[in-house]
Amino acid sequence: MGIVGRLTEKSWLTPGLDPLTEAEAQGHRPLPSAAVGLRLYFGVATVMFLLIAMIFVMRMGGHGVSTGQQPDWKPLSWPQLLWFNTAVLVLSSAAWEWARAARRRGQLESLRAGLVAAGVLALGFVAGQLIVWRQLVDAGCGITATTMSAFFYLITGLHGLHVLGGLTVWGRTTAKALGGGAAAQVATAVDLCALYWHFLLLVWLAMFGLLLMNADRMTAVIR
Amino acid sequence: MAYTTIADDTRPLHHAKTWVGKYVWSQDHKVIALQYSGTAIAVGVVALVLSDIMRLQLGFPDTFKFITPSSYLQYMTMHGMIMVIYLLTALLLGGFGNYLIPLMIGARDMVFPFVNMLSYWVYLLAVLVLMASFFVPGGPTGAGWTLYPPQAILEGTPGRDWGIILMLVSLAIFIVAFTMGGLNYVTTVLQARTRGMTLMRMPCTIWGILVATILGLLAFPALFVGAVMMMLDRVLGTSFFMPSLVSMGQQTGYNGGSPILFQHLFWFFGHPEVYIVALPAFGIVSDLISCHARKNIFGYRMMVWAIVVIGVLSLFVWAHHMYVSGMNPYFGFFFATSTLVIAVPTAIKVYNWLLTLWRGDIHLRVPMLFAIGFIFTFIHGGLTGLFLGNVSVDVPLSDTFFVVGHFHMVMGVSPILVIFGAIYHWYPKITGRMWNATLGKIHFWITFLGVYAIYLPMHYLGFLGVPRRYYALGETAFIPPSAHVANEVITVAALIVGVTQLVFFYNMIWSFFKGPEAGGNPWGATSLEWQTPQTPPAHGNWGPKLPVVYRWAYDYSVPGAPEDFIPQNVPPDRVTT
Repeated sequence: MGIVGRLTEKSWLTPGLDPLTEAEAQGHRPLPSAAVGLRLYFGVATVMFLLIAMIFVMRMGGHGVSTGQQPDWKPLSWPQLLWFNTAVLVLSSAAWEWARAARRRGQLESLRAGLVAAGVLALGFVAGQLIVWRQLVDAGCGITATTMSAFFYLITGLHGLHVLGGLTVWGRTTAKALGGGAAAQVATAVDLCALYWHFLLLVWLAMFGLLLMNADRMTAVIR
Repeated sequence: MAYTTIADDTRPLHHAKTWVGKYVWSQDHKVIALQYSGTAIAVGVVALVLSDIMRLQLGFPDTFKFITPSSYLQYMTMHGMIMVIYLLTALLLGGFGNYLIPLMIGARDMVFPFVNMLSYWVYLLAVLVLMASFFVPGGPTGAGWTLYPPQAILEGTPGRDWGIILMLVSLAIFIVAFTMGGLNYVTTVLQARTRGMTLMRMPCTIWGILVATILGLLAFPALFVGAVMMMLDRVLGTSFFMPSLVSMGQQTGYNGGSPILFQHLFWFFGHPEVYIVALPAFGIVSDLISCHARKNIFGYRMMVWAIVVIGVLSLFVWAHHMYVSGMNPYFGFFFATSTLVIAVPTAIKVYNWLLTLWRGDIHLRVPMLFAIGFIFTFIHGGLTGLFLGNVSVDVPLSDTFFVVGHFHMVMGVSPILVIFGAIYHWYPKITGRMWNATLGKIHFWITFLGVYAIYLPMHYLGFLGVPRRYYALGETAFIPPSAHVANEVITVAALIVGVTQLVFFYNMIWSFFKGPEAGGNPWGATSLEWQTPQTPPAHGNWGPKLPVVYRWAYDYSVPGAPEDFIPQNVPPDRVTT
């Protein structure tokens, strides 16, 4: 009986032990609560980033901008460091997968190495993003320079905050894993951290793509 | 779907050992619920006082010198924002959600108790930041609870210097708190239902809170994005919402922004927000009516599906708040259609409540009075909403007192009546004591009749064209002297209703210390929260063994049963003894 069957059943007609939940009781292990909670959070964060992406696309298409606005531009080139930062984030996700595999095989040393690598690489990503910000500001492209720059700082800022949030959980997970926490908990924590990292990578790739498609607009807001 | 309690959680339930750990930094959902409720009600009283000050100005202009045009707008803004978000949302989801969800589904606590505790303290921080805006230079923002740019952050709007910043920061903090709480409520309902508690055996209260929470998780990000963008516009000078502008004779640095974008973001949040407030109220009312009429809720499956459908549809109607924004008329046509469609499942719910009452064994206890009061006022407010949902009727009524009357009826009166009914209903479970019925009835009748005296005349004022958000009406040809008399009547009624709430507080506080013991299940209710071994429920709720559920939540007046109710945890073979 699928979800639709479940939601259309006439619950007043069937008092007694519910046979389906009894059958489930002998069966599979349900998804851990933390995994359900994290997936719900993905929904929330997706809505937020999706809204920003939609606004960005529409604004760069000139939608909603009143007529008679003055164009402004500053000569600028695409910050090449962003490519490097993207690669660092990909490596960070890969490190998480390495850590997960090590945990599954019971290799504590590899798990430790994977965890440390994942965290250090993510920190490197955040540092790299801050350097990009510094580079842009020094080149005269602060947050108020153009419409594109405002969105750039907003998008990278919100994404970076999410990475920092993940790093705090990474800290606790690493402490738990290396301090000899309960095996089931460590497994869940490492798996969920990895999932979160992959989610943030996907978000970054999507945002990066959007920014890249409008790279020429770093120099102008309205043509 | 999981059915056992926190089956995957191998850690034992967190047991606090110190008084501070038990009652301050508590991870027990019941304590957190009371913390939420207390804070929400306290800040709601502040907003009530603000509304009475506004009414003093509207009813008796030129009388109260301390109310200036700027301060009027500030009181109006704070009243609206506090009531909608910091009172109604926090109380219904943070207060009732936290208290009732684990108890009604047979769990020991929420699945993330630490995050639950954190969500309250972050909510409190949001409240404190907002209250701080009363004390900063320039005072709180006077931009209206809708905070429309560009005015919200320009000179000329009160609170432009600091108030608006604190408001936006407070909202962002609240959204973080709400997200933490919301993840708890949804995950707990999905994961921690006790054995036998299938989704369709859950009481309507849980369905209402569940769908409202999911809606909130989807809608609040839009407000978050809007608040962050407006903060950047105000503090750093970006132009997300700000077009090229001259302000106070000076060209501002803004360029290229869109005020309409904010309106879309705000109302994409704002419309689901009203259903985030309404859906828990719908669910609670279903349980109040069925319990006090000793009758199963009529059409339980339709009630559940109506809640879900209303939740989904509420994401597609937001621009009915924007008919006068200059939008394309075809836009208006689409949103008017979806708005009228959402009235259908809502009407089904109203019919089902009435059909539950029909030929029920109705006990006109105080909770039932408030539930019936809800039906009256919600029908009233909902019907005026149908007027406003039509574009051509909305255009002349927009920003008049007709709108004010409408949204107060559906948001300010109906859910508040449900909240009162719910507090009276669950008070014996929370405190173990019973309140004074006479005081309760006095509270109900004055409040119920009083709110009609307040809001009914507002609809006529709206038809005349009396605008909202005006400090004073001045001398105009289209506003007759009778409108000023109406304003005076409304003000007097509002003051009386405001003062009458003291009866409620007195009753609740006095009964807490001196009320008679209520017993575990004074109403003879079927749902699980009334079947706890101890009243008030102890930490862990159920004692050593979790309850097992054998039936739905509405076995009232079952033919052949010895009593007129069968609790959810009574097996079929034990019914006829």
